[in-house]
Amino acid sequence: MAAGLPTEGTNTQHPRAGDLARRDVPTCSLNEKVAEVRARAKEKGWNAAVVVNEERVVFGLLRSNELESDAHVLIEHAMRPGPSTFRPYVSLHEMLHFMVDHKLESSPITTGDGRLVGLLLQTDVAEAMRKEVQEAKKK
Amino acid sequence: MAKEIRREEVRRLVAAGAQLVEVLPSPEYEEEHLPGAVHVPLRRIEAQANDVLDRNRAVIVYCWDTA
Repeated sequence: MAAGLPTEGTNTQHPRAGDLARRDVPTCSLNEKVAEVRARAKEKGWNAAVVVNEERVVFGLLRSNELESDAHVLIEHAMRPGPSTFRPYVSLHEMLHFMVDHKLESSPITTGDGRLVGLLLQTDVAEAMRKEVQEAKKK
Repeated sequence: MAKEIRREEVRRLVAAGAQLVEVLPSPEYEEEHLPGAVHVPLRRIEAQANDVLDRNRAVIVYCWDTA
């Protein structure tokens, strides 16, 4: 709704996709080679990278499988093109369902015009939801 | 006369004193709305607009973004 900007209302007490999306995910362009991106991602402790243009509009995604492909291949040939993206306001509950159903270890979170906000990891969503349930039990 | 505007223009106009109106039903408004938005459900907008809104200031009406 607010493209990641603050909102008001009862929902604002619950974290959502944009709150948990990791902003420090490595990014790369279409014309880089797998070897360069893999090295950069690993150096930062990642096994994923998001393919963007100069305006950070998402073109594709490299998960662990793609990052392990032939080192000399161009990213535009190695990436998963047009991954499903989600807006920052999507609830964690909805995200977890989708990610589990579609066996996604991560999903790019973007603004309505396709610019990368960050990469949401299924493990982060599951952990946040587990904490929410624990908190709710305490009340 | 209604005109469609983008997010940046919304922020600029609100900063300049425009009135922000969410027209979704009450549960949606209570769950989440833009900061400072007033609530006038679409079904009641004709009946309530004169009472709730200042006709001398710009009015920005919005609902849900499905993009």
